[in-house]
Amino acid sequence: MANTFEAIRTVTVGSGGAADIEFTSIPGTYTDLLVFVSARSSTTNNFYRINLNSSASDFSGLFLNATGSVVASGSSSPAFGRMSQSNYTSNTFGNDFWYIPNYTSSNNKSISVDTVAENNSATTNFLDFVAGLWSQSAAITAIKFVPNTGNFAEYSTATLYGIKNS
Amino acid sequence: MPTKVIVDCSTGVTTEVELTAEEVAQREADAVAFAEIKAAEEAAAQAKADAKASAQAKLAALGLTADEIAALN
Repeated sequence: MANTFEAIRTVTVGSGGAADIEFTSIPGTYTDLLVFVSARSSTTNNFYRINLNSSASDFSGLFLNATGSVVASGSSSPAFGRMSQSNYTSNTFGNDFWYIPNYTSSNNKSISVDTVAENNSATTNFLDFVAGLWSQSAAITAIKFVPNTGNFAEYSTATLYGIKNS
Repeated sequence: MPTKVIVDCSTGVTTEVELTAEEVAQREADAVAFAEIKAAEEAAAQAKADAKASAQAKLAALGLTADEIAALN
């Protein structure tokens, strides 16, 4: 059976938190990339965003959002994920799935995000699907996740997978 | 200074590096810009949801049942 789904690297945030999590020198030997992020924020802001090849520019997209009471949709300039906020239930972490197909292509790159800020609450949660676009042609060799405020809390993890089509 | 975690995928080496003052300033500027964008996006989405709820309430006031209103979605 072909080895089509390979964990490239995992990072776990240590005590004191991390301002960013970045994967560098990503090999160009796969077809697609997938990152699973399990994260908690050091603040009450649950957003974090992605930078590609150290660029925070040329992102666009759409989102579909559900909270405990509202379903909404709209445009999203940066592709974003959510993590559990510092005031959420203790020891809960968000679950996020970032899929980037054809990351070595010389065309623009699409990004699919399935993200939830876990809270173990019947009333306050955030779920989002994001369809993102990065309008740059360079092959992706670095992925950075940046909290909107504060840090990724201790024990937040991110695992980068490479996926081959054969 | 806050630190960032960098994983070099070619070597597997993970390093923790303090952000430079320039990076901190850029991060703060990006956060402000991002917060403004997200606030606008969420306000637009909330306005859309509010308009929908208002329309549904007006339809109900006209005598439509909940099933009939749902059928219009």
